[in-house]
Amino acid sequence: MDKNLKEHLMSYLLGRLSCQDVAEIITEYLEGAMSLSNRIRFHMHLGMCRDCRNYLEQMKATVQTLGKLPPEPISPHVREELLRRFQHWKKG
Amino acid sequence: MLFFEWLTIALALPVIPPGRDESELLDGLRKGDEQAFAEAVDRYSGSLLRVAMAYVPSQAVAEEVVQETWMGVFEGLSRFEGRSSFKTWLFTILTNRAKTRGTRESRYVAFAEKTGSEDDDEWGGVDLDSFIQSGSKAGHWIEPPHAWDHGTPERLALSKESREQIEQAIEALPATQRQVITFRDLEGLSSDEVCNILQVTETNQRVLLHRARSRVRRTLAQYVKGDLG
Repeated sequence: MDKNLKEHLMSYLLGRLSCQDVAEIITEYLEGAMSLSNRIRFHMHLGMCRDCRNYLEQMKATVQTLGKLPPEPISPHVREELLRRFQHWKKG
Repeated sequence: MLFFEWLTIALALPVIPPGRDESELLDGLRKGDEQAFAEAVDRYSGSLLRVAMAYVPSQAVAEEVVQETWMGVFEGLSRFEGRSSFKTWLFTILTNRAKTRGTRESRYVAFAEKTGSEDDDEWGGVDLDSFIQSGSKAGHWIEPPHAWDHGTPERLALSKESREQIEQAIEALPATQRQVITFRDLEGLSSDEVCNILQVTETNQRVLLHRARSRVRRTLAQYVKGDLG
C-alpha cells in the first residue's frame, strides 16, 4: 500500500487531528469545554507534535501577558469631578 | 536589633492603612464615606475605562461613561444585594450605560461598521495561510510556532513597545471580540460572568474569545520573532 495512503487511512481510523484542527479548537481545550474523545485526540496530537505544543504555550503566554497589563488610571480632572459629585450626592 | 532602635524605626514609619476589602468598601460607600469612595474610584475606574473603550469611539466619551457608571452606583447602591461581586456589578452598569451611549453617538455607528460584528467576521481564528492546504502534508504548519521562554509574558507586559502592539491589536478587533477579551483576559472575569454581562451563550463567548486571542497571539508572535531576530 502507498505510504501516504496508509498514513491517511490511519489518521482517519484514529480520528487524528491536524495542526490546523488543533489551532482551531485550542480555546475549547483551554476553556475545558472539550469532549473526552476530542481531549484524547488533542493530547495524542500534542504528544507527537512539538510545533503544536509551542502553539499551546504561546496561547497560554498570550493570556498571561494580557492578565499582567494594568489599566491606565482615569485623568485627575475626571477623578476630581467624581469626588465632587459624590459629596453632592451625599448631601442630597 | 535593640528594642529601642526597633521602636524608633517603627514609630518613624508612616501609618498606611491597608486597603479595605470589598464589603468594607461597600459599607463605607453606603455610609457616604468619602475616603471609601475615593478608594473605590481609584481601584475600579481604570478597569471601567478600559471596558468602556471597547464600546465607544473615544477616550472622552469613555470617561463620560465611567462617570455615568458611578452615578448609577449612587442610585443603585441601596438595592445591590451582593449576588455578584462589586466589580461585576459595576461592569453590568457600565455596559448598559455604554450601550445606550454608543447608540446615541453617531460616531459609534461608523465605528461599529468599520470594525464589524461577530456576524460578519468570517475569520475562524486560524490563518489558513499558516497551514499547508493540499497534498500529503495538508494541515501542517508552514512556519512552525517557536518556543517562547518562560519569562516572555513578563517581558512583553513590561515593554512599552509590546504593550502598544497589544493595544493596537485589541483596538483593531471587532467590537464584540474586544469586549470579550477585555473582560476575560485583561480583567480576569469568568466565562459565566461574561456571558451574564454580555447576554451571550457560552459557545458564542468562546468563539469570540478564540478569535480575539488568536489575533493577539499572532501580533505577539510577530513581535517576539522580530524582537529576538
